[in-house]
This record gives sequence, structure tokens and C-alpha cells, in this order.
Amino acid sequence: MSADTKKANRPGTEAITEKGWLSAHKWLLLRRLAQATFVLLFLIGPLTGFWIVKGNMASSLTLDILPLTDPFILIQSFVAGHVLEMTAMVGAAIVTIAYLLLGGRSYCSWACPINPITDLAHWLRQRLGIKGGMQISRQTRYWVMAMVLASSALTGAIAWELINPITILHRGIIFGVGLAWTVVLAIFLFDLFVSRRGWCSHLCPVGAFYSIIAIPSVLRVSAQNRAVCNDCMDCYAVCPEPHVISPALKGEAKNIGPVIQSPNCTNCGRCIDVCAPMVFTFTNRFNTKVSESPSRVMEAA
Amino acid sequence: MSKAPKSSGGVNRRQFLADTAKAACGVGAVGLGISLYADDAKALPATALRPPGAGPESHFLSACVRCGLCVRDCPYDTLRLAKLGERVTVGTPYFVAREVPCEMCDDIPCVPACPTGALDHALTDINKARMGLAVLIDHETCLNFLGLRCDVCYRVCPVIDKAITLEQHANLRTGKHAMFIPVVHSEHCTGCGKCERSCVLEEAAIKVLPHRLAKGALGAHYRLGWEEKAKAGHELVPGIIDLPDRMPEVVR
Ligand code: SF4
Ligand code: SF4
Ligand code: SF4
Ligand code: SF4
Repeated sequence: MSADTKKANRPGTEAITEKGWLSAHKWLLLRRLAQATFVLLFLIGPLTGFWIVKGNMASSLTLDILPLTDPFILIQSFVAGHVLEMTAMVGAAIVTIAYLLLGGRSYCSWACPINPITDLAHWLRQRLGIKGGMQISRQTRYWVMAMVLASSALTGAIAWELINPITILHRGIIFGVGLAWTVVLAIFLFDLFVSRRGWCSHLCPVGAFYSIIAIPSVLRVSAQNRAVCNDCMDCYAVCPEPHVISPALKGEAKNIGPVIQSPNCTNCGRCIDVCAPMVFTFTNRFNTKVSESPSRVMEAA
Repeated sequence: MSKAPKSSGGVNRRQFLADTAKAACGVGAVGLGISLYADDAKALPATALRPPGAGPESHFLSACVRCGLCVRDCPYDTLRLAKLGERVTVGTPYFVAREVPCEMCDDIPCVPACPTGALDHALTDINKARMGLAVLIDHETCLNFLGLRCDVCYRVCPVIDKAITLEQHANLRTGKHAMFIPVVHSEHCTGCGKCERSCVLEEAAIKVLPHRLAKGALGAHYRLGWEEKAKAGHELVPGIIDLPDRMPEVVR
């Protein structure tokens, strides 16, 4: 394969030519911005002495008034036998409601600091043409989640926080790194060499937890213009959870609506970016509208 | 695979069950690892002291979400969060008395900052904090034990004359001087660590230790005869035979 055809085969190439580079990377750029913001907001305080947000992703206080707490950590604390203070419970309720609206796994693609790392590993894996590796069931993460809760209950300690790479990294950046980079490197290498999208799409119990919040969540991606899909498969190539696409994109024959219903969808919007005919769009779960097929219109004409 | 796609339901189910079993076993093994690690984590190093209001380690690890809000609100930068690689459970707040002790703020800002109650909000009087207990551990190097008047630990103690007192003893080495021995009283010592911080020796002779290391415990059935006697107002066993006392060599 020549370098040229390889380049042409890279997902999103068609979208770049048709829509321009910027709009073919719109959601990706916005996500990176959001992820950087979630770290920088916490860093402004210690660096400048002007405090907007204190704490870290486990629990924080914004402008000395808004408490936010990670509900998954809170649940572990609860099953470990601790009676929680009101502040943490209010904080967790606010976070839960926010993700019920914005899509549970929006946490993954918009807030979690591990996501850029696993995304990078995946990008490099594709560029280097690394294939195969360990097959892990996508259900494994739910087992890990159940295990974490069982372990918290049995040991009376917040179990996942002993090794949680998300908070170890986020806290490391804000409060001092220590050996936090080793965890990050381990996940990067795991995703690069051992298993495709291994961590975020198969193992991470935090992603599993936010998947559960995503079951009833409102903000969704919809294959509203699925009629114009040209089967380039680019969306499958970029999606961290490709199994979520088919039912919505190819569901017309089976009378399935165009909205991606799977709670595994991370609302990253990459499918929207890379689709040249602009099949996908962000909408709410109740908007099951499908656009008329222009191809059929064309055929009729 | 190619020959009978229709009958693959059974194969898929078997595959699914096999995958599930594999996942469950793998995850179970990891879970066991984490649980053992969690138990291990409860053994806090003796030099690491928790912020005011923290309960026993076994409870603290169920309550603290490692957010660092207590660290942020400590005006003296006493507290810090354990980094990965340190021997304290990753992300949890602690301080090392010999480096930066707790200044025992009147308003204890670290405690209300804690969103989870890992630092007990019922603690409003810093004198009731029990972060650890000072122990004058080395009687051989403490300058007051050598007969000098250093007194630094005594003088820096925010709970002076209650948490630490100086007790006068005869200096048997010189035979004519007095020794003023610093004595810590557990009912008043908050474990702030100021004494350990200020000990003038290269290595502090007085150290703040976690209670589990610093305190002994009497058997629950033990009764102190003299207290019982005072309570009853008379001897409990009348006419008890007095046994001959043996004096230590030095005194004889
Ligand atoms: S799956 Fe886990 S590590 Fe990955 S983005 Fe989601 S929360 Fe972060
Ligand atoms: S009482 Fe004051 S000095 Fe001591 S840990 Fe709390 S905030 Fe810091
Ligand atoms: S504020 Fe509370 S929950 Fe947060 S790190 Fe301190 S003790 Fe832990
Ligand atoms: S730790 Fe030392 S300085 Fe602090 S209260 Fe106890 S005896 Fe006093």
C-alpha cells in the first residue's frame, strides 16, 4: 500500500475534503478544550493564588459555594460503611443530575483526564498498524465495577481509589506528581500494544458506572440522516465503542429509531466529525425524527 | 465459522459463558489483590499523622475521598496529599510533625473544609483533637534527661503545663542538682507535633506517634486498688498482709 492510499484510507479524510479540517475536528477540539479546562481550572488556584476551584475531581468546591463530588467514589465510601456529610451528598447529586442530562459517559470523553491518553494510544495504534492483541469482553468493566463495590464493602476502604488512574493522574497534576506517571504509562502501553481500546472500553469501572447513569440520560447522538450514509465505515473506525452505532445507523429495516440508545456511547461526537455526508448530530433522546432520504428523492427525480 | 452461520447461537452462548467466566475469574483475582492491598494500606507509617478530626485509620480510608480540600484550607501548608510512591495511602492527607507541625488553628479550617466528614465536623475545639500522642522516646539523648535545662518541647507546646509538664527529679549523677523531666499527658496532648518539630537534637528525642503505637491498654478487668478504696471509702480487703519491698540496686 502506498503512503498516498494509506492516507486516503485514514478515517475522516473524506470529511476533511468536504467540510474542511476545522469542522471535521469540531467536537474533538471542543473536547480537548474541555479536558484541558478541567485540569487548568484546578491549577489556577495553586499557581496564582486566585481560587476558582479547589480540590480535585474526587470532590471540589467552586467559587467557595458549589460542591461537586464523584458519585462513584461516594457510593464506595457508603458501602465501606461511612456516614457521609451533607456537602458530599449534595455534590454527588449535582454531578449525577448533570450527567443524567448531558449523557453519563460524557464524563469519559469530556472530563476524564485519562481519555486523551487512551485516545492517543488508539491513534498511534492505528498509525503504526498494530493489529490483534488481547480480546477482552466489553462486559468485563461491569464485573470490575461489581468487584470494586464488593471489595469496598469487605475491606471497609474506598477500594478503587487505591489504584484509580483517573484521580491519581488528576490529583498528580494538581497536587504533585510522584509516581503518577507510571500508571498513565502503563495504561498507554496497554492500550497501544496489548488491547485495542482496552482500558476505557473494556475495563474501567468508572466508565461502567457512568454507563449506568447513561441508560436514561437525555443528550444523545442520533443518526438522523442515516438515509445518506455511504457506508464508508469511518464512524466505526473512530468510535471508541463501535458496537453502539449499528442499531441506530442500520436500524431502519428493523424499525429501530436513529438515536444511539446504548449507554456505552461516550458522546464524544467523533462520528459527527468524521462523517462526510453529515449523518450524525447531537440531539435529545426523545427526538427520533429521521430526515427524508435525499437519495430516494434523487432516484425518483 | 463459515459453514453454519445459522447454528452459531449455541456456539455464541457457549462463547459468551466462557468469556464471562474468564472475565469473572480475572476480575476476581484483581479484586483479591486490591482487597489485600486495601488491608495493607491501613498500616500507616508511624511518622504520618492525619489532620485534626480524622478517625482511626480503618475508618478514615472509608471516608476520605482524597480531594485535598483540607490541604487547601490549611493556612500553614501543614497538610499534604500522599503522592503515588509514598508509603501513605495514595491521595490521602497527612503531615509529618518534624517537617511542618499543625499550628492548632482556633477555627480549625481544615475540618469544615472536608466534604465527606472524614474529618469529623463535631470537632470544634482544637484542644480536643487527637492527631497522635507525643512520647519522649529517647531518655538517653534528651538534654533535660542529661541534666540540662533545654525545655524547648515544653515551652513550645500550645497546651503547655497540661499536655507537657516538667517534673523535678534528683540528679543522681551529680548528687546535688535537679533534673526537669518533660512528661506528656495523654488526656491533653493533641499530637500537633510542635514539640517534635522543635526538639533541638539532630534527631528528635520526643516524637509524636499514632495512638495505636503510643498507648498501652490495661486489661478491661483491671481495677486500681487505691481508686477503688477511695470510692468505697474503706479498704476492700481488710488486713491485707504487706509484702517486703525490694529496693532497686542504685538506691540501696
Ligand atoms: S472509561 Fe474510565 S478512564 Fe476511560 S474515559 Fe471513561 S472514566 Fe476515563
Ligand atoms: S488545625 Fe490549622 S494548622 Fe492544623 S492542620 Fe488544621 S488547618 Fe492546618
Ligand atoms: S477534605 Fe476530607 S475527604 Fe478531602 S482529602 Fe481532606 S480528609 Fe479527605
Ligand atoms: S504534640 Fe507536643 S506540643 Fe503538641 S500538644 Fe502534644 S506535647 Fe504539646
